[in-house]
Amino acid sequence: MRDIKRAKLVLEDGTVFEGKSFGHESSTSGEVVFNTAMTGYPESLTDPSYEGQILVTTFPILGNYGVPPHREKDDVSEYYESDHIHAKAIIAQDYSYQHSHWLADRSLADWLREEKIPGIYGIDTRALTKHLREHGSMLGKIIIEGQDEPQLYDPNKENLVAKVSCRSVEVHGAGERTVVLVDCGVKHNIIRCLTRRGVKVVRVPWNYDFTSIPYDGLFISNGPGNPDMVDATVDNIRKAMEIGKPICGICMGNQLLARAAGASTYKLPYGHRSHNQPVRRAGTEKCFITSQNHGFAVDSTTLPDDWEALFINMNDGTNEGIRHKSKPFFSAQFHPEASSGPKDTEFLFDEFINML
Amino acid sequence: MFTSQDTTLTLPKKVLLLGSGALKIGEAGEFDYSGSQALKAMKEEGIHTVLINPNIATVQTSEGVADTIYFLPVTPYFVEKVIEKERPDGILLAFGGQTALNCGVELQQSGILDKYGVKVLGTPVRAIMDTEDRELFVKKLDQINVKTIKSEAVDTVDDACKAAAALGYPVIVRAAYALGGLGSGFCDNETELVELVEKALSFSPQVLVEKSLKGWKEVEYEVVRDRFDNCITVCNMENFDPLGIHTGESIVVAPSQTLSNEDYHYLRKLAIKIIRHIGIVGECNVQYAFDPASMDYRVIEVNARLSRSSALASKATGYPLAFVAAKLGLGYGLFDLKNSVTKVTSAFFEPALDYCVVKIPRWDLGKFHGVKREIGSSMKSVGEVMAIGRTFEEAIQKGLRMIGQGMHGFVENKELTIADIDKSLREPTDNRVFVISKAMRKGYTVDQIHDLTKIDRWFLYKLHNIVATADELETYDSLEALPDELLRRAKEHGFSDFQVARAIFKSHTGSGSEISNLVRTHRKAAGILPVVKQIDTLGAEYPAQTNYLYLTYNGSADDVNYLHDHRSIVVLGSGAYRIGSSVEFDWCSVNALMTVKQQGWRSVMINYNPETVSTDYDMCDRLYFDELTYERVMDILEMEQPHGVILSVGGQIPNNLATRLDSAGVPILGTSASSIDNAEDRHKFSAMLDRIGVDQPRWKELSSFADIDEFIAQVGFPVLVRPSYVLSGAAMNVCSNNEELQRFLRLAANVSQEHPVVVTEFIQYAKEIELDAVAQNGEIKVYAISEHIEFAGVHSGDATIQFPPQKLYVETIRRIKKVSQKIAKALNISGPFNIQFLAKDNDIKVIECNLRASRSFPFVSKVLKLNFIDIATRVMLGLDVEKPGKSAFDLDYVGIKASQFSFSRLQGADPVLGVDMSSTGEVGCIGADTDEAILKSMLSVGLRVPSKAGGILLSTGTAKQKADMLDAAHALHNNGYRLYATGGTHAFLTDNGIPAIKVYWPSQPDMQPQALELLHNKEIDLVVNIPKNLTETELTNGYRIRRAAIDLNVPLLTNARLASAFIRAFTRMTVDEIEIRPWHEY
Repeated sequence: MRDIKRAKLVLEDGTVFEGKSFGHESSTSGEVVFNTAMTGYPESLTDPSYEGQILVTTFPILGNYGVPPHREKDDVSEYYESDHIHAKAIIAQDYSYQHSHWLADRSLADWLREEKIPGIYGIDTRALTKHLREHGSMLGKIIIEGQDEPQLYDPNKENLVAKVSCRSVEVHGAGERTVVLVDCGVKHNIIRCLTRRGVKVVRVPWNYDFTSIPYDGLFISNGPGNPDMVDATVDNIRKAMEIGKPICGICMGNQLLARAAGASTYKLPYGHRSHNQPVRRAGTEKCFITSQNHGFAVDSTTLPDDWEALFINMNDGTNEGIRHKSKPFFSAQFHPEASSGPKDTEFLFDEFINML
Repeated sequence: MFTSQDTTLTLPKKVLLLGSGALKIGEAGEFDYSGSQALKAMKEEGIHTVLINPNIATVQTSEGVADTIYFLPVTPYFVEKVIEKERPDGILLAFGGQTALNCGVELQQSGILDKYGVKVLGTPVRAIMDTEDRELFVKKLDQINVKTIKSEAVDTVDDACKAAAALGYPVIVRAAYALGGLGSGFCDNETELVELVEKALSFSPQVLVEKSLKGWKEVEYEVVRDRFDNCITVCNMENFDPLGIHTGESIVVAPSQTLSNEDYHYLRKLAIKIIRHIGIVGECNVQYAFDPASMDYRVIEVNARLSRSSALASKATGYPLAFVAAKLGLGYGLFDLKNSVTKVTSAFFEPALDYCVVKIPRWDLGKFHGVKREIGSSMKSVGEVMAIGRTFEEAIQKGLRMIGQGMHGFVENKELTIADIDKSLREPTDNRVFVISKAMRKGYTVDQIHDLTKIDRWFLYKLHNIVATADELETYDSLEALPDELLRRAKEHGFSDFQVARAIFKSHTGSGSEISNLVRTHRKAAGILPVVKQIDTLGAEYPAQTNYLYLTYNGSADDVNYLHDHRSIVVLGSGAYRIGSSVEFDWCSVNALMTVKQQGWRSVMINYNPETVSTDYDMCDRLYFDELTYERVMDILEMEQPHGVILSVGGQIPNNLATRLDSAGVPILGTSASSIDNAEDRHKFSAMLDRIGVDQPRWKELSSFADIDEFIAQVGFPVLVRPSYVLSGAAMNVCSNNEELQRFLRLAANVSQEHPVVVTEFIQYAKEIELDAVAQNGEIKVYAISEHIEFAGVHSGDATIQFPPQKLYVETIRRIKKVSQKIAKALNISGPFNIQFLAKDNDIKVIECNLRASRSFPFVSKVLKLNFIDIATRVMLGLDVEKPGKSAFDLDYVGIKASQFSFSRLQGADPVLGVDMSSTGEVGCIGADTDEAILKSMLSVGLRVPSKAGGILLSTGTAKQKADMLDAAHALHNNGYRLYATGGTHAFLTDNGIPAIKVYWPSQPDMQPQALELLHNKEIDLVVNIPKNLTETELTNGYRIRRAAIDLNVPLLTNARLASAFIRAFTRMTVDEIEIRPWHEY
């Protein structure tokens, strides 16, 4: 029989969930968030937007198809969303010790151990999710049997963008037109979506003053944490708005573009993390199923007059994107690059490229 | 309820919905559910709905569901007549399966819909044809570079052989425009191909030959699109079995378990691209073959209608696909509609499941003589179950118990005898999953089993986990020694208390219920209890007041706060559809729930059949989609603490729980458990009948051949023989002589002290009569007496039943009433019950009594327009019920309930009727007289009135049966039909002055003309073949004719009385004399 250590999750309000450890056997802490996606754990774990968070999957069975190999293509990871796991831990109801998929080269447990990330199963993730839904996202710690209790860690007090952004300028792909990509914790599929459309991507650190370099369009990536921590990027976006070249943003990019325009953001009670968020293009009958992962949102009522909502969440009415009424600036709160999740809004990349 | 944001939307005033007719293999209860949902969607818009469906046992054909109901065949002829009369402005084709779809396509093509200005709502017919016609379909998908399984469409056997030679064997053959894979199959060589193609061409003008992709995964997506081009995929599902086994024959899992995110969304995106291109408005499913070793795929097919899969997807996710599809058909956008579970979020979303769903087919192949047990590309299962769990192990073990074939889960079952495990793994039968269990116990590795079955290793690993847990349990010999942690893991892996008990106690001599109770008590003391969870469509992301529930051991908190106010009434449902128990008990369950609710109680349902209306969470206040085992029912009752439990509306499954629930102190509403036991126990019941002076056929339970002979010496042949242990074949048989008796008992059964045989005198040429009734405190409140058209000896579930009776003596009826009242009194019945009688001259004998609703309750309720279940439920709730002032004698019309057989699906099965039931469904039609009702009902179960150009082939059995059919033969002759007859029948007809052409049996191959050849040459329009006896040659000859008729789709009748009634009907009136009259006008 397997030697399985007990592990527990202790939330900041004292609620305890008992489970079993299947990943790296080390205690940890972070902000506990849930995601209702039914597939995509390799993508989610490597998504920099999960930096500092403990990921709870509401789909009960985890690890079925193992983990794809760690391979790079055109200087970005081929199957992952960054080069390592960003989440602090992963929690599920049931873990599949054996996996089955032609592309897998190891199990989720092996990968977690390689990257020193704990994983717990045997926890009633539905009860945990309901708790988070009712009381809001909260901090929590994972304690592995026989180990010391860690301190609570609040990632929102840190500039997480600075933590996950690239350190120097990198170039991906080739093409006549150049897109500056501000890396606030960019998912590699954003880079793939851009380079696949035949543009040169100049990926710059979050606080890099890209206005000094020539470009045809500006892209502001997704990223973790609180958009109010990322003033340097907002300042640079304001300068870019003066330049007037096309601007597109995703997720954190939406929030930063909104802030640059003068709007404000706020923290959602427990965020949107799923593959099934319905959004409607404002003023149309066009609706889209989107992949989302965000804890903060743009307050549409604070948008200045020359801006308007581009997309609206059909479940709770929150903002899902903004655009300038006359200039080529727009952004989406959801993830048109998907990975993981539905690919229905990838056409936004085309809309951006067509503006260049 | 909804306000469209599109102001140009104009709704139709009157809409016609086509139902799917009788339940048959490939087209079953799922369409009652779909149709009912669509009707509900129309109704809340204030649209007048007209329904054509001869299936009288359905919920959709109940008062208040549709506004106008026609119990007529769903064929272009009758639908046109109804359109002509009703003048609807819209028609819904997608809710009645392939039957409705095919009918709709024909009506469109013949211009009928245009002629009467009827608009097809939802997916246009053009798009339907693009999906139904293989060639058009492939072309259509080629336009958007989507890969299909390339096939050659052929219309001759020769072309099929050429195509197969070019593609290379193995090939798969499919019939176009056919439901549930009818006429489909794999062929490894030309001989197999010729056989299959010939058969397929008799059903369908076109046959497709294609390359086989055996071993690929089979995955499907349920997709919804509105007219604004907004698309969602509500659910995807993955087959446990690889391609090659029909989805209806495979265990299916939702959501997919072995697809990565990239795989999942690649196929999802394709599905949306496909339905946009085809132009679906509403719902459809896309089926893929998916390479297990790359991302290569082929689209297998697109069903442009609601399907079995969509019903399953609705139940698996809580997303009401049929309801939404109907709304989209009216022109709404998905953005106009709300999620019906949360009520606040949008219907434009994709459900997130936080559980795993396993669907398992239910077969009844044991009921048929001669049928092949192998499962493959054509559907043979008669029902299905859906199990919900939070591990795969839990869900599949629940499901394997739910199918109700004596299995306790994946392990700890009665030992299977399998001669060649490798072969059984390679060539799957209905036992497939248990063969895997056996192989694992024998030490086969996952890789070995994968090589033989091509089932994805992930599923096998999970099954292996169950075996490993069982192995570990078996290392303990007592509950005291068993660690709590292991017991908990076993429960998390879906082990029942019985499985745990069997693993621990091994060859313990106690009864199953005793040892299970020991585990239950021990387990509860250890605090190992299930929790109740909601299905809320959004993985708990939004608060939802949903009443859609299941139980699991994989969790630590309940989703429901029980009030324990004792206001719940729990109704136990009927489980998987099977031969002998199907939609009629769903109707009973739904009606009981409605009355419970009306009377101000909380209505609670337990059932696990995804094809039903009773498992629609809108039908009750709380739905437990869970097992109907004693263990699970007790778990639920302990949570619910109800006022009472209703066991008498869900057929035999709940009925069987009566004694155990009673001894556990459960308040059973209605007739007491001890009375139920007194009726169920043959000895007790018989003694009671003797005591109250009611006659019954003589019978004895015997355990040696000598005793049997002695008993037969008293009663004489024929006798009805019921072994308690059956090796193979049917469980019951009529034996007319010693040779038959010996053959049946020695070959098929086992006679011993442990396995006694019940032998009953069999009364020939007796009428069989049924009484359906409701009593209160032993007094009959309402009753319906109906008569079988056939003589006794045909199972009551297969018989054609006439209500009110037209040919019974008043004296017989009076005696039946009197005897029934005596029995009701003796058993102190409070609730529904049914008694079956034999009547000969004016003597009546009781053959069976069930203290529950019977199969014919919806039929008699609807013909009499008096809801027996409503009355019964009020009785069970303790309300005073007045005797209604209505009697069957007042009816100036006749109802006929006729059976639907699915022999065409069951390759090799002998389509002959006997004491064991073999029909899969039924219809009920109303007519001004017997002839009209018979004609309507026979046309509704797929018979056709033979054309004058075609011939009728008669072989009419024994001298008595030949004489019985003489009038019918005269009628045929007088009406200008050409008669063909085999030897004896020919001589008999000639002697009676009826000209007939003599034809020869297959056992006389040198003689001409050959009956089989005439059939193959399509010169016969109707076959009447009455089996004379059970001798070897008679069986073989008759069998080959009967089977050929079925395989070549020629109407077949095997009972002299029914054949006479049908022939009489169509020779006395023509089809266009049939009155097009809705139910409420009778």
